[in-house]
Amino acid sequence: MVGLFSKNFFVGFLVLILMALAPFFVTTHWVIILTEIIIMSLFAMSFNLLFGYTGLLSFGQAGFFGVGAYVSALTLTHLSSSFWVCLPVGIVGAMLFALVIGWFCVRLDEIYFAILTLGFGMMLFTLAHNWLSVTGGSDGLTIASMPVLSIFGHKIELFNPKFFYWVSLTVVSLGIIFLRQIVKSPFGLLLTATRENSQRVSFVGQNVRTVRLVAFTIAGSLAGMAGVLFALFNRIASPEMLHWSFSGKAVLMTILGGSSVFLGPAVGTAVFFVLEHFITSYTTNWMIFLGAILVILVLAFPQGVLGTLATFFSKLNGGRNSD
Amino acid sequence: MEGFLINVLNGLSWGMLLFLISMGLTTVFGVMGVLNFAHGSLFMLGAYISMQLTRWISSFWLGLIFAPIIVAILAIIIERFLLRPVYGRDVSFQLLLTFGVMLFLDDGVRLIWGPAHHLVNPPDVLSGVFPIFDQTYPVYRLFLIAMGPAIGIILWAFFSYSRYGKIIRAAAMDREMAEIIGVRAPILFTAVFAFGAWLAGLGGALAAPHQSVGPAIGEHIIIESFIVVVIGGMGSFPGAFVGALILGLLGSFGATMAPNFQMALPYILLAIVLLTRPRGIFGEES
Repeated sequence: MVGLFSKNFFVGFLVLILMALAPFFVTTHWVIILTEIIIMSLFAMSFNLLFGYTGLLSFGQAGFFGVGAYVSALTLTHLSSSFWVCLPVGIVGAMLFALVIGWFCVRLDEIYFAILTLGFGMMLFTLAHNWLSVTGGSDGLTIASMPVLSIFGHKIELFNPKFFYWVSLTVVSLGIIFLRQIVKSPFGLLLTATRENSQRVSFVGQNVRTVRLVAFTIAGSLAGMAGVLFALFNRIASPEMLHWSFSGKAVLMTILGGSSVFLGPAVGTAVFFVLEHFITSYTTNWMIFLGAILVILVLAFPQGVLGTLATFFSKLNGGRNSD
Repeated sequence: MEGFLINVLNGLSWGMLLFLISMGLTTVFGVMGVLNFAHGSLFMLGAYISMQLTRWISSFWLGLIFAPIIVAILAIIIERFLLRPVYGRDVSFQLLLTFGVMLFLDDGVRLIWGPAHHLVNPPDVLSGVFPIFDQTYPVYRLFLIAMGPAIGIILWAFFSYSRYGKIIRAAAMDREMAEIIGVRAPILFTAVFAFGAWLAGLGGALAAPHQSVGPAIGEHIIIESFIVVVIGGMGSFPGAFVGALILGLLGSFGATMAPNFQMALPYILLAIVLLTRPRGIFGEES
């Protein structure tokens, strides 16, 4: 558990305050970009619970992200117009899918795990793409009216980009704090242990599959949580959100930021979107740059942006490990 | 009955293309332990380059010969400068590196040839249709169906009888032992990667008249060939053949008999095989 007054706590708190104040200083255009960044950060960080901490490379994380998006869109059209209903229902939907699919996937590891998660993710994609009567097929499900969010009887207008930004920031922060508690808990250490040497973990009497399944389910639920926000952000749940190339995005953003640092994926997401924003203003062939950047990162900076910085600063500090 | 036969033929012709791609993928994996995400992009490059050559020198056959060679040369550069530094690293990083190469090549092709789809005509000898019962069938697809086993037999003979084929098999079986008895691994790796790329380029050049050539064809085929290689057993040659046939037939029969599920069928098959035989149909259980 992190001490309440530790350095990290203060830095995190400061960043959060700055993020919360951001809409007062930047244009609406950037508020929208920032919203997308924080939502995708949660998605990337949910992926990294599996990749960085548990050592499982999932290429199906977008499946659960998409389940969150679709379930919340369906809830809004058929069940309830309240934000307090559509968010939890979306998360629980993603959790159930992750639990069932995870039960199969954790039997394998390494490349076989990557391929199997890709397969299940694509099954979910096909479901979204072809089950016309429920999911709207390739057109997706549009969200005609934003959910109603009332706190203590006070209504918050979600179609205002600034309010949506603050709501997203709150939800994502809660998700990230939850993740922080997980990775710092004894269970989090167990996850790292299964990554380092799963055989030893089973020797000391832990069931590796169960440990991995719990991690898979948590990661899936948090991806679903990000998916709910993303569907509201785009006013639509569409099949591309479940495609394996969308999972690939989470992988990319994580590597970009650094998978070995807790906030690495979030920093990677920010770098990703800012780079995309600037490069696409010059050329439409932004993937060529992305590919080149990824190759260079893997070859020269496998620790990613934040990981490389962290190593650099801890060396400056005389080798003290600053977490 | 006719519908059945047409389905079989369609399945076989697509299966044969899948077989060529998967053969390269599985050889590279078997020897080098690298699952190459960019393999589909090499296939796509083969298709584009053969299309370009066919336009310049207006000979399909010269395109078929030279396009795979050009792809193989590119692969040598990729192996030598990008892959070699990451051999000792975690498998995930190798996967990510080839993923980056894939993004680069796919968008590079879009930059050079544009996002549109291009049509390539089969050569005169192979254009036209062949009567089957009271229907007709494109001659070019029959040519593909014949090419599959022909190339398969050549490869089989190469791997079984030639010195180099034996070396590759030995390295696939036990890399360390092969090095101890004097196989030079770095050169072997470059050669194997180039060979895999050559097969992918050949598949691409053969696929060009079969379907339209567009920037997404690599991404489409790489996932299917992953499935072929995994269900057949990674590194297994007969596995690649059987897997490609199954997936080809599943595609053509699925399209007519269960159009709504067709897209999901390969993934369902993948899950069933992986969960019952985790190392594939022809793979050795560890």
